[in-house]
Amino acid sequence: VCTSRFWFNYRHVANTLSVYRSVKRLGIPDSHIVLMLADDMACNPRNPKPATVFSHKNMELNVYGDDVEVDYRSYEVTVENFLRVLTGRIPPSTPRSKRLLSDDRSNILIYMTGHGGNGFLKFQDSEEITNVELADAFEQMWQKRRYNELLFIIDTCQGASMYERFYSPNIMALASSQVGEDSLSHQPDLGIGVHLMDRYTFYVLEFLEEIHPASQTNMNDLFQVCPKSLCVSTPGHRTDLFQRDPQNVLITDFFGSVRKVEITTETISLDSDLGGFESKLPKEELATEPLKYAEQLPVAQIIHQKPKQKDWHPPGGFILGLWALIIMVFFKTYGIKHMKHIF
Amino acid sequence: ACAQLQLAVPVAVVFAPGSVSGDLPRPLPFGDVQETEIAVNQRTSVTSRYETVYRSTTAREEAALDAATAREADAALHLLQDASVGSLTVYVVPETSPLLPQGVSVYVGKHRSALVRAGGDLAALRTRLQQLTQVMSFTATSIAAALSDRVPDGQLGPDARRHLKSSLGYEITFSLLNPDPKSHDVDWDIEDAVNRYVQPVLDKLSLVANFSVDSQILYYAVLGVTPRFDKESSSFLLSAHSLPHVINPVEARLGSSAASLYPVLNFLLYVPERSHSPLYIQDKDGAPVPTNAFHSPRWGGIMVYNVEAPASPQASLPLHVDVDMVRVMEVFLAQLRLLFGLSWEELPPEFLLESPGNEGLADWELDRLLWAHTVENIATVSTTLTSLAQLLDKIGNIVIKDDVASEVYQAVASAQRAMAELAAGHLHSAFQASREAVTSSERAFFDPSLLHLLYFPDDQKFAIYIPLFLPMAVPILLSLAKIIRETRQRKKEPTKMD
Repeated sequence: VCTSRFWFNYRHVANTLSVYRSVKRLGIPDSHIVLMLADDMACNPRNPKPATVFSHKNMELNVYGDDVEVDYRSYEVTVENFLRVLTGRIPPSTPRSKRLLSDDRSNILIYMTGHGGNGFLKFQDSEEITNVELADAFEQMWQKRRYNELLFIIDTCQGASMYERFYSPNIMALASSQVGEDSLSHQPDLGIGVHLMDRYTFYVLEFLEEIHPASQTNMNDLFQVCPKSLCVSTPGHRTDLFQRDPQNVLITDFFGSVRKVEITTETISLDSDLGGFESKLPKEELATEPLKYAEQLPVAQIIHQKPKQKDWHPPGGFILGLWALIIMVFFKTYGIKHMKHIF
Repeated sequence: ACAQLQLAVPVAVVFAPGSVSGDLPRPLPFGDVQETEIAVNQRTSVTSRYETVYRSTTAREEAALDAATAREADAALHLLQDASVGSLTVYVVPETSPLLPQGVSVYVGKHRSALVRAGGDLAALRTRLQQLTQVMSFTATSIAAALSDRVPDGQLGPDARRHLKSSLGYEITFSLLNPDPKSHDVDWDIEDAVNRYVQPVLDKLSLVANFSVDSQILYYAVLGVTPRFDKESSSFLLSAHSLPHVINPVEARLGSSAASLYPVLNFLLYVPERSHSPLYIQDKDGAPVPTNAFHSPRWGGIMVYNVEAPASPQASLPLHVDVDMVRVMEVFLAQLRLLFGLSWEELPPEFLLESPGNEGLADWELDRLLWAHTVENIATVSTTLTSLAQLLDKIGNIVIKDDVASEVYQAVASAQRAMAELAAGHLHSAFQASREAVTSSERAFFDPSLLHLLYFPDDQKFAIYIPLFLPMAVPILLSLAKIIRETRQRKKEPTKMD
């Protein structure tokens, strides 16, 4: 999830797309990825190289490519949509690619980047999500067993505050900086004119480049990525809610997708000479009535509709009390003789 | 949430003439009840009641048992009984009966009855009966697996969450992968195969869920793994530990995300390229797998279909290939059974199972699924409603709409009905009620209106309201003070003037 928009937040989009690319490279298909971006970098009028988003300076690596499937773009990246995706309380008309269809054997990786503060994360410069809301959303997910294990990575200023309030089991969290510290960006590109990546994500990606689908690297190595000397901020992590020892958790458990597979040893025997299928044929000869279009919009009904009576509610107590107080004070202060000018 | 479930299984034990053992406690017919408790965790327990009725055969049943083979006897007996879903009937035949072959003590038919060879005393018979009910209805493990999210971690084996979760419907997709259309022109008559072989199985399973089937052909879809060439067998081999990496590159192209919201089961038939033929799958010991297929729990299965090399090297490419759908469907349907958790592996010795034929599964296997799914559904409803209640307790200002409330009431009523039917032994109606309960509770829990975004910490309340109301309140409060002072002064005045 990239929670920023506007050209100067280029690095957040590049962060998210780089992680997306790594995760796809390690085997997770698009149907299992929900990508939320304010997709305004590649076609931004200020982009000197349109249709590209670079993550290394000197424009080495274009992470925007051909097969980026953004599920929530632009103004759809809101706190409400994010929480709806997590908890599953989605309107029934939402397409399958916008849903999180996980079950109790799914490991979920959540990566968030943007601008944040002590206990909150800013969404698109207009709203924010607090760490308590996030913890509650994860608890709702746990109640319905929507995850087996969850890895939460956040790359924002004061990122560690976002995972302080988690209380559901099987969650491991990583953040790029502690409370009170800012996460810094990595390198500006003079050709594009903005910073391309954040430091923490840059080093995480360098680490991930060495992982391949069958590798056995574990989480402890991921915790060592980006020490203070390189990152200036102190990355933090939280594993107390996680049941397994991080030493035994493979990186590919979350970043890649290695499925359990069993060899099929049983077969059933089918009798190929049954004539039972003939009963299906008559179905095709049912007379079908000629199709016609359903009434798309009952225009006649709408035009002749009378406007619905909106129920009138008397003003509430608070407003009435406030106005009574104001009027009383006014007349007491300035004298009762003004009353006759009004009535 | 606390749950005490009672599962009642009606069992009838019918003694054929000559098979009654000498040490029956009472003369036939009589009945008894056996209860065992399966403790899942501290607050959940499942009690199984086997309500057994012992009686002797009727004349018509005797005639049926006179048949030549066990199979015919089973077919004849099926017509005579009206076995309800979830019940079992066990026929005890004399030791010398020709129905059961040598070395076989129990024959399990494809409906809901079994033939047991009488052998000695009542205790031996009771042991056999217990083994039989474990096979034909449910075991402690299968119930614990159905309730897997309540069992403390580590108690269940790693395989406990293999089977498909209970769902209202499933979507089955058959895909033919042809990575080398230049060499092979593959034709599969999938529609005919589905109508002939798959539809009967799905019709039988329609009691459990709604199924929909579709199929597709994908060209130039390769496996993500390069097979090794083995000189001894001059064939290509895919080792067992490379199999997990095969699925992901293909999944991206399967298009399963466009399908419905039900869980999707993918069955893939892969025809290897000319340059990689023949391709065999190796199991852990290095031997080629006879079915040449593997499956992944909760996902589906893949089968490799090798095409014979052309007789003459100058044969014109592409070769036309007509896929032998019988062989393919035998494997796919077996994989479908395994995905649902129906396997023939754990049979006690001396048991013989009748093959269910084209129907794919026996009636008692359907019962096994129904028992597990009903228990799972009831547990899910209980967890969902409890967590919804906890959510409402925690956040006071969520508004519950009327339709959400009615769904909750319906869910509770259906769940109670399901539990009552389970305790009475009516598996079919219990399952239907549990399904309704799950639908209602999921609809209530996942209603979009229940999303609360209003988290107001106290410091935010102060930060927002004080700058707004304090400046406004200052003149009002000062004027109020002035009014009160004036009123008090005026009260004192009249006394002074006197």
